[in-house]
Amino acid sequence: AGLVTVGGGIGGTILYAKWDNKFRAAVENNVPYSDWLLGLALGPPSPKSGLPIKKQVRILEESLTSSAKATLQAIGAQEAALQAITRHTLKLKEAMEAEEKSAQWKDLEAALADRTGAVNDAETALSKANEALDSLKSVIDKSKGLKVSAVRPLVLAAEENLHNMVVDLDKVVTKVHSAESEAKIVSQYSELVNEAKQQFQREVSSLTPEIQANWKGLTGKLSSDDLNALIAHAHRRIDQLNRELAEQRVREQIHIDAALEQQKLEDQKALEKAVSTALQHIKEEARLEQERKLSELREVMEAEMRTQLRRQAAAHTDHVRDVLKVQEQELRVDAEQVLSSKMLEQETRYRQLSQEQLDNFTLDMNTAYARLKGMEEAIDSHVVAEEEARKAHQLWLSVEALNYTLKTANADIPTVPLEGAAQAVRDSCHDSDFALALSSALPEESLHRGVYSEASLRARFNSLRSLARRVALIDESHNSLYQYFLSYLQAALLFEEKQEAPPAQLCSEDLDPFKLLSYASYCLEHGDLELAAKLVNQLRGEARRVVEDWLTEARLTLETRQVVSLLSAYANAVGLGTTQAP
Amino acid sequence: MADEHGRKWDRCLADTAVKTVTGLGVGIMFSVLFFKRRTWPVSLGSGLGLGMGYANCQHDFRSPYLIHGRVVKDQ
Repeated sequence: AGLVTVGGGIGGTILYAKWDNKFRAAVENNVPYSDWLLGLALGPPSPKSGLPIKKQVRILEESLTSSAKATLQAIGAQEAALQAITRHTLKLKEAMEAEEKSAQWKDLEAALADRTGAVNDAETALSKANEALDSLKSVIDKSKGLKVSAVRPLVLAAEENLHNMVVDLDKVVTKVHSAESEAKIVSQYSELVNEAKQQFQREVSSLTPEIQANWKGLTGKLSSDDLNALIAHAHRRIDQLNRELAEQRVREQIHIDAALEQQKLEDQKALEKAVSTALQHIKEEARLEQERKLSELREVMEAEMRTQLRRQAAAHTDHVRDVLKVQEQELRVDAEQVLSSKMLEQETRYRQLSQEQLDNFTLDMNTAYARLKGMEEAIDSHVVAEEEARKAHQLWLSVEALNYTLKTANADIPTVPLEGAAQAVRDSCHDSDFALALSSALPEESLHRGVYSEASLRARFNSLRSLARRVALIDESHNSLYQYFLSYLQAALLFEEKQEAPPAQLCSEDLDPFKLLSYASYCLEHGDLELAAKLVNQLRGEARRVVEDWLTEARLTLETRQVVSLLSAYANAVGLGTTQAP
Repeated sequence: MADEHGRKWDRCLADTAVKTVTGLGVGIMFSVLFFKRRTWPVSLGSGLGLGMGYANCQHDFRSPYLIHGRVVKDQ
């Protein structure tokens, strides 16, 4: 079991290290001999792809730029060197063709110094550029090992740039080399010429040691001997040279062949070199082209794959949409069913509840209505009762007013006309026929003129009494003046009781005017106007005529009083009837 | 009504007085003019006057009892 655990642990570690390189690096760093084990199991660790891609890209770019800079610098330096070499060569040629002058030598030396300096600079720049290019190449190789597609075009571009730079550099280098070779030829030529010149000078100096080496300024200073010697030397030299020239012409072909051979060899070498470099370049180009084509193809493939995938995705979405639609339909149908059933249930419940509510409400409303009706009726009856009471009260008030008006009679003035009060009474008793009849039974005179009070009637009666006594004997048959005289005499001589209580029944004796008058006086004094009127009614003849006025007045008063008392009794009765006992 | 009695008496007396005096006057006149100052026209005149007045008064007092009839033609 322990062995299995250990073995499992190790296997797990190995698997995880295979998957995660950082972990592998950590394990290799910390655990001894683990790198051997892991290398055995998994192979060499993959390059440090733990570096983030961006960093890698940045490194790439940096190296690219630095190498480009270095290359440019190198190219520039090479060009400068080229120019210096050509300048030097030109100067050399000029110096050779023209006369020797110290200024030209100086220029030449300066040019040579320039050339050497430029060549050195070019070499250093070239070496630097090569270094940079090498580092770029290594970086490119490293980033190729990343196998990340995003870096690939950059890598490709970097490779192309590298290739271009290498090509340019090589071109410039070849140019420089050719210039150098040309310069070498020219320098060789110039050296030869210089050598010849120096030899000639030596010869000349050996011949004429006093003369200076300056040619042109020589014309005045040479003697004829010197001149002859010089000319002889010159002729000898010319002969020598001619001979050499002939020899040279003979050996020309051989020399030319040899030179051609040499040149061929050199050309071959150069050709081979150029061919190799060109081949390399072309290979490089081809590789780059291939890579480019590959990347393009990959892009195209990827694009196509993307479109296909998109198509597929679209197809998938369509399919999914259709399926979803179908599902939606099904679900909708189900849901609607459920919904409708639930709704139905709810509706029935709701209807039930509302019906219940309605019934309850109707019931309540009915009860309320019944109660309301009852209350209304009670109130109405109450109102009616109140109305009745009010009317009765009003009637009573008006009757009281009427009654009161009867009291307004002063000593001799009748009351105010009872019309107003009677009208009030009539107004306040519309619905009572009895009262109406009564109120219309009031005598006209009382309504328009008013009635006399009992006191006034009494007073009047007293004055009337004497008159009645005086004409007591006069009637229809006895009405001459003599009778008048006799009746006056009787009145003067006859004395009766001022007041005498009337008996319950009148006999014939009591019909004597004097007696009647005394009875009436008594009645009046005791407030019984009715009896007085009755008694006075028994008078006959002239006495009757004399008291007729008074009698009508008394009758009026009595009538009015009767009616009013009846009305008041009625009003009281009605009032009592309508009064609600508390 | 009671006042009428009094009024009647006033009228009566005034009337009688006037008649008597008028008769007296006429009598005096007659007696002076036609009957050579005899006393009998004076007394006659005054008596006439008095009598007329008395009769008037009585008639006046009887007036309520006098019934005035009218002839109604039967048709």
